[in-house]
Amino acid sequence: MEHHSKELLDRQAQTLLQELLAKKQAGTLTPRERLAIPPQEMPSQDPQERAHNVEEVALGYTEAQARLEAERCLQCKNAPCVKGCPVQVPIPRFIGEIQKGNFKAAIDAIKETNLLPAVCGRVCPQEKQCQLECTVGKSLKDINKAVSIGRLERFVADWEREQGLVTPPPVKPKTGKRVAVIGSGPAGITVAADVAREGHEVVLFEAFHKPGGVMVYGIPEFRLPKRIVEAEIELLTKMGVRIETNFLVGRTRTLQQLLEEDGFDAAFVGVGAGLPKFLGCPGENLVGVFSANEYLTRANLMKAYDTSRAATPIYKSRIVAVVGGGNVAMDAARMALRLGAEQVHVIYRRTREEMPARVEEVAHAIEEGVVFNFLRNPTRILGNEQGRVVAMELQKFELGEPDASGRRSPVAIPGSEYVFECDTVIVALGNESNPLLIKTTEGLAVDKKGRILVGEDQKTSLDRVYAGGDIVLGSATVILAMGEGREAARAINKLLAEK
Amino acid sequence: MKGRFPLNRIIRKKQLSAEVFEIEVEAPLIAQNRKAGQFVIVQIDSEWGERIPLTIADADPKRGTITMVFQTVGASTHRLGAKQEGDFVENILGPLGNPTHIERFGRVVCVGGGIGVAPLHPIAQAMKAAGNYLIVIIGARTKDLVIFEDRMRAIADELIIVTDDGSYGRKALVTEPLKEYCEKSPPPDLAVAIGPPIMMKFCAETTRPFKVPTVVSLNTIMIDGTGMCGGCRVSVGGETKFVCVDGPEFDGHLVDFDNMMQRLRAYKEREDQDHHKCHLELQIEQLPAGGSR
Repeated sequence: MEHHSKELLDRQAQTLLQELLAKKQAGTLTPRERLAIPPQEMPSQDPQERAHNVEEVALGYTEAQARLEAERCLQCKNAPCVKGCPVQVPIPRFIGEIQKGNFKAAIDAIKETNLLPAVCGRVCPQEKQCQLECTVGKSLKDINKAVSIGRLERFVADWEREQGLVTPPPVKPKTGKRVAVIGSGPAGITVAADVAREGHEVVLFEAFHKPGGVMVYGIPEFRLPKRIVEAEIELLTKMGVRIETNFLVGRTRTLQQLLEEDGFDAAFVGVGAGLPKFLGCPGENLVGVFSANEYLTRANLMKAYDTSRAATPIYKSRIVAVVGGGNVAMDAARMALRLGAEQVHVIYRRTREEMPARVEEVAHAIEEGVVFNFLRNPTRILGNEQGRVVAMELQKFELGEPDASGRRSPVAIPGSEYVFECDTVIVALGNESNPLLIKTTEGLAVDKKGRILVGEDQKTSLDRVYAGGDIVLGSATVILAMGEGREAARAINKLLAEK
Repeated sequence: MKGRFPLNRIIRKKQLSAEVFEIEVEAPLIAQNRKAGQFVIVQIDSEWGERIPLTIADADPKRGTITMVFQTVGASTHRLGAKQEGDFVENILGPLGNPTHIERFGRVVCVGGGIGVAPLHPIAQAMKAAGNYLIVIIGARTKDLVIFEDRMRAIADELIIVTDDGSYGRKALVTEPLKEYCEKSPPPDLAVAIGPPIMMKFCAETTRPFKVPTVVSLNTIMIDGTGMCGGCRVSVGGETKFVCVDGPEFDGHLVDFDNMMQRLRAYKEREDQDHHKCHLELQIEQLPAGGSR
C-alpha cells in the first residue's frame, strides 16, 4: 500500500469535512451520502523510516479526520457496537459528541466505563469486537470499512491529555478499609481505580521496578508509548493509590500475610499468565532461542535498543525467525527489525486468515518488511558447536477441518521437512499460568492449566480474594482483563460496604 | 514511585579481595522472609540499569538487613562495587527461588568455590542447625580469594581449604577432597556444591560413581526472576526448567552443564567490552588528583 503523509490526509479530510458540514447544516445530508464518506486512513510514520526507530507508528487522526470519521457513524438506535465491547463503552454517544465537536464530552462518555481509553484505542482488537458489529461495515460488506471506533477513542483520549484536561476521578471520603491489588497490569489498574474511588485505601503491588505490567514490558513503544501508560498510572497515584514496586506477593510477603498480618480487608489477584511456552522440540535451549517475553522485556522495559545507555544487552541477530501468529509475535518481529536484523520471518502453522493478531499489526509488519511463512512449524532447532542457533528445521502444513475454535486446523505434511537458515528464534506461542502465587497460597483453587477458578463476581475459592485478567483467562487482551477487573472491583466494593 | 520509606540503604561494605565485595543492605521484608538458598534481583537504576541475580549470603531479621557478596565481573557489579556505605541500591526484589530442602540427612559435605562460598554459608548453617555432621570444603584460585573462612570454621565439624596454586591450604581442586570423602565409609549422605559452573559440573561428576546425592545451585542470566522471561532456563534430566521458579537448586547429576555454560556466554562479547571499560574507568579514577584536568 502506498504511504500517505499526515499532512495530505489532513488536507483531504478538511476539504471533505467542509462540504459535509455545509450539507449537514442545510439538512440535506442523506444516510447514503454518509456511507459514501471515505474511511479515514490512520496517518502513520513512513514504513522505511519507522522500521529503524522505536517511535510510535500510528500517529493518530487529525481533528478534521476524526470529525469526518465520526460522521460515518449512523447512530444506530440498537447500537450493535456496544454489545461487541467487553466494557460496554457508550459508542454512539461518544461518536455523536465528536460529530458536534464536543471532544471533552466524548472522552467523558468513554470514561464512564473505560479507564484506559488511550491504551484501548491503541491495542484493542476492535475488528473482533465493536467494529465487527458495526452497521456501516456490514452495509459496505467489508469489516475494514466499519467506523474506526478505536481510532476515534484514541483521538479524544489523546486530545484530552494533550490539552491538559485530564483530572483524577473524584474519590469518596476515606472508609479506613484496605485493599491489596496484586499485579499492576490492565486488570490491576482497573481494580485499583474503581476501589479507590469508593474511598478505600489501595496498595498496588508490582514485582518489576516499574508498574504497568504487559503494557510496559510487553507491548512495544512503537505501538503503545510508555508515556501514555505512565500518565494513566500517575492518575492512580493522584487518587491516593500507593504503588509498591519490587514486591513479589508469594515471596516478599505471602497473600495470607497480607490478609492476616498486614491488615488488608480484601485482595485482587491480577498477576497475568506470565510463564512463557517453549516449542518442546529439540534445540529449544540453544543460545539464540528466546521467549517473546524475554526478547520484548529486554527491548521495552530494559530499553536494550539504546545500546549506548542501557546496561541490558540484546542478542545480535542477522536472520530472526518468530514462531507464532498473535500480537506478541508481530511485536517481536517488528522489534527485531528495529534492533537491526537484516531479515525477520514469521513462522505460523496456519494462514493469514487464521492469525489471531490485529489486522492493523499484520499490515504494519508487512509494510515494514517482515516476511510471513505460513503453514510452517519448527520440528527442531539446529545449533553449532558453541551451542548457538544456525537454522531451524521446518515442516510444511496444510489446512484441514475446522477445530473447536472454529478455525481450520493445520495438518502436518509428512516428509516435508526442510532446513531454514536463521540465527535467532523468538517463541511467541503464548503463556501458561505462573505457578508462584498459587504454590505459595494455600486453598486457592485452580483448573488443570493452573488458571485461578472464579465465580461470576470474580471471587476465588478464598474468602476476600478476587482474581481477573490473564491468570483467570489464559492469554487474552488488555480490554478483557479490564472487564474482569471492573467486575471484581464491583464485588470488592460491595463486600466492603457490607462489612 | 517508591514505597513510603527509603529502602535498600547500604549500611556496611567490605572488600573481601581485589574483585569481591560484601555489602549489608537494609531490606527488612526480604530479611524477614528469606530462607537458605534464596536469592534477590538487584538493579542499580530504574531507567538504564540491568537486573542481575545475586545470592543472599546472610540475613539479620532483627536489623532488617541482608548481606550480599559479589564479584565485579560486568558493568552492573562494577557499579554496585563502587557504591559506599550510606548509598542506596535502587531496586532489590526478593527473596526469590525455592528455599533449600533442609533435613537431618546425616553427613553433609558442602563444597564452595570462589564467591560460591557466600551463598553456601546460610545453607551450611541450616544443615548444621538441622543436626547434620557438616563437612565444608572451600576452594579458591589463590589465598587472597578465600572468603568466609572464619564463618565457615565456626559451624563446620571439618573444614578443608584448597587453592589452585597451593598458596593456602592444600594445593588441589575441590574435587580431590570431595572424592576422598566419597571413598570413605560411610560416604556422605548429601553433597551441596556452589561455585563456578565448571566446578559444579566436576563435583557432580565426582560424586556420581558413589551415588552421593548432589545439590547444585545455579546462577544463570535472568531478567524478572519470577518465571516470566524464561531466560534462565536450563535442561535438567532432559526437561526444561526455570532456575528462578523451579530452582535455583537442582540435582547436579541431571543438569546439562555444557548447555548452561553456553547459555551463560550468550552476551560474552558485550560483557567483555563492559568489563574492559570498567577497569579503564577505575584506573582513571585512581589516578592522582590535580594533574592535567
